[in-house]
Amino acid sequence: MRAEFMMIDDIPVEIQGEKNVLELIRKAGIDLPTFCYYSELSVYGACRLCVVENKWGGIEASCSTIPKAGMEVYTNTPRLRKYRKMILELILANHCRDCTTCEKSGTCKLQELAMRFGIKEVRFENTKKDLPMDTSSCCIVRDETKCILCGDCVRMCDEVQNVGAIDFVHRGSEMRIGTAFHQCMAKSNCVGCGQCAAVCPTGAIVVKNDTASIWKELGDPQAKVVVQIAPAVRVAIDEALGQKNGKNVMGKIVAVLRRMGFNEIFDTSTGADLTVLEETNEFLKRLEKNERLPLFTSCCPAWIKYAENKHPDLLQNISTCRSPMEMFGAVLKEHYKHSNKRVVVVAIMPCTAKKAEAARDEFKVEGTPYVDYVLTTQELIQMVRESGLVFDEMEPEAVDMPFGAPSGAGVIFGVTGGVTEAVIRRVADDKSINMLRTLAFKGVRGMEGVKETSIPFGEQTLHIAVVSGLANAEVLIQQIKSGEKHYDLIEVMACPGGCIGGAGQPFADREQKAKRGQGLYETDRMSSIKRAEENPVILSLYQGLLKGKVHELLHVEYKGKGQKS
Amino acid sequence: MEQVVETHVLEEILDKNGRNKSSIISILQDIQEKYRYIPKEVFSYLAEKLDMSTAKIYGVATFYENFSLEAKGRYIIKICDGTACHVRKSIPILETLYKELKLSKEKITTDDLLFTVETVSCLGACGLAPVVTVNDKVYGAMTPDKTIALLNELREEVKHAENEK
Repeated sequence: MRAEFMMIDDIPVEIQGEKNVLELIRKAGIDLPTFCYYSELSVYGACRLCVVENKWGGIEASCSTIPKAGMEVYTNTPRLRKYRKMILELILANHCRDCTTCEKSGTCKLQELAMRFGIKEVRFENTKKDLPMDTSSCCIVRDETKCILCGDCVRMCDEVQNVGAIDFVHRGSEMRIGTAFHQCMAKSNCVGCGQCAAVCPTGAIVVKNDTASIWKELGDPQAKVVVQIAPAVRVAIDEALGQKNGKNVMGKIVAVLRRMGFNEIFDTSTGADLTVLEETNEFLKRLEKNERLPLFTSCCPAWIKYAENKHPDLLQNISTCRSPMEMFGAVLKEHYKHSNKRVVVVAIMPCTAKKAEAARDEFKVEGTPYVDYVLTTQELIQMVRESGLVFDEMEPEAVDMPFGAPSGAGVIFGVTGGVTEAVIRRVADDKSINMLRTLAFKGVRGMEGVKETSIPFGEQTLHIAVVSGLANAEVLIQQIKSGEKHYDLIEVMACPGGCIGGAGQPFADREQKAKRGQGLYETDRMSSIKRAEENPVILSLYQGLLKGKVHELLHVEYKGKGQKS
Repeated sequence: MEQVVETHVLEEILDKNGRNKSSIISILQDIQEKYRYIPKEVFSYLAEKLDMSTAKIYGVATFYENFSLEAKGRYIIKICDGTACHVRKSIPILETLYKELKLSKEKITTDDLLFTVETVSCLGACGLAPVVTVNDKVYGAMTPDKTIALLNELREEVKHAENEK
């Protein structure tokens, strides 16, 4: 077939299956501004910033125009510049303009575009409405005075997560984003995944910030502050503080945390190693008895919440294993129970839903949670900046004993397919290096939303599915319920790409997420211990601290609805 | 006042509309016809049966002016304020209604749930201007005096119906 071209600013650009003119324009190296366009969401065409002028002087939104051979568009004419400025001014006319005190300051798209387009004054009267903030959720904070009605959050919640906690309500100038009857988020069916906050271009939805409490704890001489760091954090934090190459910077994180005053620093991957062993045992037991299959993984708290809301009948199929964070939290509290100081466990997570998980009643003993605070990667970035420590110049350090280095299997938990791969490594009879190599190409790796694989197990074949994105999980659940599909093990992660794509991370596109995944796989390749069961720390835990307490500390039974998000 | 919503009524309405989420507007219309408004309780029920989120249904219900989320009176009085009715003095009629029933633009239903007063922008009966409808029965060439008489008539009707019970 002959190549087809369209003209962008008088330069021919080849059409290679781009879905819309906007993608083609961006491919041509022009950063056309948008608020409401995300390639993974449906096209909405609301913000009108991506407008282009065609050769007849017509104006059209490039995001919702299909590229055709011979098309001629201009992206930067006086008329377009005037329109874009006008749109920005109109948005700012009813927007809160207290940028310096806004959580989103510095990463706000509206702020960025106002700067890019040189908006020095807004000709219109400020008609910002006085609406209260919704701080009811543990995970996100909503401030409607900063909403520009782009609908990104609505489409994310509905299309990718199949939750639909928020939608457009009322009409015209009264239109708002809201839950049914404007209930607070905590009372809605929100699962806390925070993906709405990840795509929100302004400060209308942000991740709840708990940094002030941590600084307070760090300053308290009576407190022993113990911190655990999740796998996905180490391959994303550098995007904001240094390089964007997805490399593991765990050593620097440890160094910076120690300088900030954290007393003991551990790796959540150690908790993941415990999860691998417990979950594999549970899986093998269920296989033997052929009951409560397929087994769903239980690491993702947003998925747990989703199942509680929509599929309470499936709760019995979900593994009773606590998430790695909660397992490790319980182990840490147990380990330090005789400490003469008040032990505070902090978890640094890529995830907003973990904040709600830590607050669940199931994970409290007499009102005290196993994990006292959850900080997202973004909050840690803010703390690093606040501390003045230059992250890039930190000399890498190692985590503390007695929990030391985790296995490679524990580290890959941070990427979609990682839990599955870790479990397969444990289950498979073949323990050779070749088996590990082939496993990497058996379909569990990669950024696809749904992956399937099957592995031989004794006489049987195990059918395994890996999904990320709750809408993908929903499709799979329906296929299982209708009998169309059969699986033995299903890994579910709410965020597309798994934890590396968590809403607590710096915002990333698919490509950047893939780099983070590669970073974790590289760490796994460089680990001398590939399997959780070979980790000597884990073995000594089972012989010591966990003796007779495995069920009490590592397992949980989710009872269903009625828990706060 | 909590409206008692009967499941079988909702089920009938759902069946009639093919239990299809794309029929949400006509489902809400049927519910409104039955209860004169859309009771809060139906949202979660419909959400589950139609596999939609309550926020989405709430979005539809608040988008259309015609849907009411608040209980309406037994008699829904619509006063036309289209151009023809307006120039033939519909506003004094509206003011009379507000005064007589102690209502306002914000409070449109009487506490005893007998009357709801709404304005509409044209009923298409401009020849009869100014026009008032009561539960879709049309009253033409209205005046404030005639309106008071009409209200009294309706009140009598209620009394009569209650005596017969």
